[in-house]
Amino acid sequence: MALKGNLRDFSVAQLFNLINLARKTGTLTLEGPDQAAWVSFREGKLIYAQLGSEDGTLTGVLAKAGKLTPRQAKLIKTHAPDKSDQELGLMLINAGYLSQKEILASIRQYVLDIVFQLFTWTDGYFRFDGDVLPPDDRITIRIDLENIIIEGSRRVQELEQLREEIPNLDMALDFVDRPGANIRDVNLNVEEWKVVSYINPKNTIRQIAKANKMSELQIRRIVYGLLQAGLVEIVRPEGMPLPPQAQRIQPLDRQEGASLVNRLIQRIRSL
Amino acid sequence: MQTVKMVVTGPFAAGKTCFINSVSEIDVVSTERKISSEAERIKETTTVAMDFGRITVDDDLVLYIFGTPGQKRFDFMWEILSEGMLGFIVVVDSTRPETFREAKGILHTFRAYAPTPYVVAANKQYLPDAWTVDDLRIALKLDRNIKMLPCVATDKESVKGVLLELLYSILEEMKAG
Repeated sequence: MALKGNLRDFSVAQLFNLINLARKTGTLTLEGPDQAAWVSFREGKLIYAQLGSEDGTLTGVLAKAGKLTPRQAKLIKTHAPDKSDQELGLMLINAGYLSQKEILASIRQYVLDIVFQLFTWTDGYFRFDGDVLPPDDRITIRIDLENIIIEGSRRVQELEQLREEIPNLDMALDFVDRPGANIRDVNLNVEEWKVVSYINPKNTIRQIAKANKMSELQIRRIVYGLLQAGLVEIVRPEGMPLPPQAQRIQPLDRQEGASLVNRLIQRIRSL
Repeated sequence: MQTVKMVVTGPFAAGKTCFINSVSEIDVVSTERKISSEAERIKETTTVAMDFGRITVDDDLVLYIFGTPGQKRFDFMWEILSEGMLGFIVVVDSTRPETFREAKGILHTFRAYAPTPYVVAANKQYLPDAWTVDDLRIALKLDRNIKMLPCVATDKESVKGVLLELLYSILEEMKAG
C-alpha cells in the first residue's frame, strides 16, 4: 500500500527523513497549493524532481540554468525532438559545447531548487509509490538527503520568520519618500531589480511574485531586504476595500467626531 | 446610547490585560486560560479570545477597550476586533527584545485592517533591562510622527496618559480632515 497522507500532518522534512532512513526507492507525489510535484529516490538518495508542467527535459534544465539561450533551446527542440536526454547530453559533450560536469551540475541545481521549494509546502496531499521511477530517457543524479533536510528545514524556519515580518502578500509596496532613500544609488541584483520594476501601489506583492515567477520564499526575501534597507514601505493596494465596520465610523462628520473625542478626553482625564 | 471602541494589542505577555484593568470601571471581562505551551509559559494564564473593559463617558456614550489575544494562533480574532475601532494601542514589553519583531508584524497587520490612528506604549519602563523609548522606536521602525510613550501598564495614571495621547492623535487627524 502506498504511503499517503497530508502535509499538514507529516511535513516534507519528515517524509524525506523517512525515505532516507528506510532507504526507499520510488516516487513521492505532492499536491501543493497551485501545482503538483514529483520527487524520485533510489535507495534513499534523491535522483530526480519535476515541478508541475515545467520543462524538466535536459533542454529545459539547461535553458533555465542559462547554459542554452532560448533560441538554442528552441532549435534543439525543433531539430532533435526525438533525442533522449542522454543522447542530447552526449551530443552536447561531443560537440565540446558543455562538459559532463556542467550538465550534471545544472541538473543537480534544478532538482535542488524544486526540492527546497517543496519544503515550504505545508498543506496538500502526498503519496509515495514504491518502485515508480522517472522515465528512462531522463538523466538522474544521486544526492544524499541529510544535507537537503537540514537546509530545507532552515529555509522553512526562515520563511516563518519572513511571514511574521510580512504577514500579508496581498498588500502592495511603494517607494519611501524621504531624502537619501534613492533606489538608483543602491546595488541590487537582477532578481531584486525585477521586483523593483513592478513596485507600485497598484500591484500586490503576490502579483509581483507571479509576474516574476518567484516562489513565496524568494519574494519575501527580496521584499524583506528592501524593507530593511528603508527603500520601500508596505501600503494598502489601490482599490482594496476597507473592512465594512471600519467604514462605519466615517459618517461622523468632523464636528460631531471632534465633540465625541473631546468628551472621551474629559472623561479619561477625570478618572 | 452610542458606543465607541479602542483596541489594545501587542505581543504575548506584553501587559495588555493589565493595561485595560488599570482604567476599566468594570472588572475586565477576561477570557484567560491556563497556558498549555511550554514555549509560552512565562506567565500562568493568557487571553484566548479577547478582554474587554468599559469606561462610561455619560448617559449617551460608552467607550469599550478591547484587548487582543497575544498568541499567534488566535490572530484570526484581530480582524474582528479591529472593525470600527477609533484607534489602537500597541503595548510592547520594553524588556523583551525577542518580541519586537512580532510587535512590528502586529502593528503592520492592524494598520492594514483599519488605517486609524495608533500609539505605541513601551511597557515596563521602570525595569532595569528596559530598552529606552528611542531605541525601541528604531527597533520597531516607527515613523517619527507616531507617538511612542513610556508606560507602566499597572499604573492608572500612566495608562490614562497613553489613552489621552491616542485621543489627541485621533482629534488631530479629524481636524486635519
